[in-house]
Amino acid sequence: MAFVAIADRDHEHALHDPQSFIRKYIWSQDHKVIALQYGFVATSIGLVALTMSILMRLQLGFPDTFHIIAPQDYYQYITMHGMIMVIYLLTALFLGGFGNYLIPLMLGARDMVFPYLNMLSFWFYLLAVLVLVAGFFVPGGPTGAGWTLYPPQAVLPGTPGASWGIICMLASLAIFIVAFTMGGLNYVTTVLQARCRGMTFMRMPLSVWGIFMASILGLLAFPALFVSAIMMALDSLIGTSFFMPAVSSMGEQTVHTGGSPLLFQHLFWFFGHPEVYIVALPAFGIVSDLISTHARRNIFGYRMMVWAILAIGCLSFVVWAHHMYVSGMNPYFGFFFATTTLIIAVPTAIKVYNWVLTIWRGDVHLTVPMLFAIGFIFTFINGGLTGLFLGNVTVDVPLSGTYFVVAHFHMVMGVSPILVVFGAIYHWYPKITGRMFDERLGKFHFWMTFIGAYAIFLPMHYMGILGVPRRYYGYTDAIQFIPPSVHEANEWISISAMLVAATQLVFLYNLIHSYFKGPVADPNPWRATTLEWQTPQTPPKHGNWGKDLPEVHRWAYDYSVPGAPQDFIPQNVPHSEQTPAGREHGVPT
Amino acid sequence: MSHEPATLEPGFRGVTADWSADKQAFPVPWGKAMMWIFLLSDTFIFTCFLTSYMNVRMSTTEPWPNTAEVFALTVGGHHIPLLLIAIMTMVLITSSGTMAMAVNFGYRRDRKRTAALMFATAALGLCFVGMQAFEWTKLIVDEGVRPWGNPLGAAQFGSSFFMITGFHGLHVTGGVIYLTVVAARVLSGFYDRKGTYETVEVAGLYWHFVDLVWVFIFAFFYLW
Repeated sequence: MAFVAIADRDHEHALHDPQSFIRKYIWSQDHKVIALQYGFVATSIGLVALTMSILMRLQLGFPDTFHIIAPQDYYQYITMHGMIMVIYLLTALFLGGFGNYLIPLMLGARDMVFPYLNMLSFWFYLLAVLVLVAGFFVPGGPTGAGWTLYPPQAVLPGTPGASWGIICMLASLAIFIVAFTMGGLNYVTTVLQARCRGMTFMRMPLSVWGIFMASILGLLAFPALFVSAIMMALDSLIGTSFFMPAVSSMGEQTVHTGGSPLLFQHLFWFFGHPEVYIVALPAFGIVSDLISTHARRNIFGYRMMVWAILAIGCLSFVVWAHHMYVSGMNPYFGFFFATTTLIIAVPTAIKVYNWVLTIWRGDVHLTVPMLFAIGFIFTFINGGLTGLFLGNVTVDVPLSGTYFVVAHFHMVMGVSPILVVFGAIYHWYPKITGRMFDERLGKFHFWMTFIGAYAIFLPMHYMGILGVPRRYYGYTDAIQFIPPSVHEANEWISISAMLVAATQLVFLYNLIHSYFKGPVADPNPWRATTLEWQTPQTPPKHGNWGKDLPEVHRWAYDYSVPGAPQDFIPQNVPHSEQTPAGREHGVPT
Repeated sequence: MSHEPATLEPGFRGVTADWSADKQAFPVPWGKAMMWIFLLSDTFIFTCFLTSYMNVRMSTTEPWPNTAEVFALTVGGHHIPLLLIAIMTMVLITSSGTMAMAVNFGYRRDRKRTAALMFATAALGLCFVGMQAFEWTKLIVDEGVRPWGNPLGAAQFGSSFFMITGFHGLHVTGGVIYLTVVAARVLSGFYDRKGTYETVEVAGLYWHFVDLVWVFIFAFFYLW
């Protein structure tokens, strides 16, 4: 029994297009609808986290003025802001959102390989979000253990939310991981097994490469978080001692004895560091496509870009303990993890050089997506360079408790990926909705967000070097060494943060307004080569391709090919129709 | 295997050809590819469980109970260490044998034998879970072992034991249900109408994995 590839079968999918509203938009198995569902939920919960950050900024910038956050609640805000942004917004948006939308369309597939599982993935994600939100309403409120949830603090009674909040958080994470696993298996299997004719690995757009590798990382890294969530829940609920040593809390000896808090840190960061790349790799991939498309140039060093993604993915599993330099480790471990951390800078730098070289002498169109892509290069270089500081043990030890770390990770895995998210939303908006967004509002959104990001996070670097500790509710009298300039900087940061947050409302207005009133978009407004722009309908209908699947004849980056009538050649155009034979820029056919 | 397309080149060149080809990287059905990837992910879960167990075994300050004695049974006046675990391991490994035979008969489209062997596999799995329930009862009721502490020594012994064997037991229970459903479908002729018995093999992959994990739990928890 020979197994026939899906692209070679005749009419594998009977195109039974669901008609009822519920089957079409609620219990939908269509990857495009699921992607939008993911997008809506992630954006909604992201707005909650954004609001929390503004409330924190009100406190930090104007202490003793607003009294919205009580001192004992501050950690809960930090915790929920961090966890929501990293897991429930960025991870869900890149993989559940863009992964779902782009993988089948870019690979010329009709859908994910297991649409039903894909649908379940979204509903489990929604459940995870609901359980997370439930944490706000349980007695004691959400957990205040910090987004890293380090024990023993996370479980001890003095911490906010130690009775109910932490359980909601752990349960929500476990459900999220189940949801991600169902989605991730789909993404990986679809990329491996369901590409259309002619779509070899080395012809895949880099967006797909990034999402593919990030999904693999997720499947291998989330288990560590899953296991640690189970063990911490057991510690908290029934009094086991996996992570809890013998502690006396509030004058009383707890029931715990003999556990290892460091074990949690290792498990957490074995998940946590790949998680950085689960967010970063899709951003790398998508930004490569944005830059290439809007600079009308083939991506510089496509093969290198692919290998860099793979190398970063592999290396990301052997650097985790650089988050633990101050936790107490054998110095030789620190040496090992500092070395691997600095090695990972090499493929990352290759990618940055290649983006810059792609723009170099390109026919750059400063469209809204391109602005965000260029903005990403700036913020990413910035955050990456501070990463080199923190990757070295001796530099990290004095800095790790300060605002320098806050500045670093917000720049590199907060601002940078979210700029790509914005760019990607603008880029694919005409395909998703069939309408064009308001360009002027988009540019306003970019400049406010980009300059605002620097206004917020640049001063934090200096605050960090001055030694301003992070995770503090206020810096009034007790801490003598903090100069008045820090308080002024805090005011400045808070005002900037509020302006940036307000700008995001303009962005949402633009998306919603344009969906109803925007001009009807061209099916391929950016004149892009990749398959999702070549669908018969815009927005693509159920089944994506009509009767016949597309056939790919070239790589994804045939921009400005000499001798071609247009400055782009879509992937599904045969060689005989467009180019002189043999011109493929040295890329394997 | 005979069902692979004849055009495949053997060895490393075949691997290269697969990976540089279009459409698909492996000449296997989607379900099988996905099961392999899922099992890889699940491997990481069990690896984390086992490394955590080893870690707390080192971090705890109290002595670790002697597993050979804890899991000993007295049968007919003879005190035999690890007797029940040995039988459980035997049963589970035997079930892998019946599963492999079921897959073989599946490829021969032998509906009845495939279903019978799968039911046998599920029954052996159920037997394993039953013995595990016996083992848990013995530990909880007779020896007073609890997840949060026990009279035999380190509290982490009970915590790790119940967590790891519990999680594995859930996998076996899930597998029994999965196998029963697939076996019932085999018997009803569902896969004859579908034209392929590949689901039998996919279920088999899962079952062998659960079996293999048990071997590691046996080695690291009971024998060590």
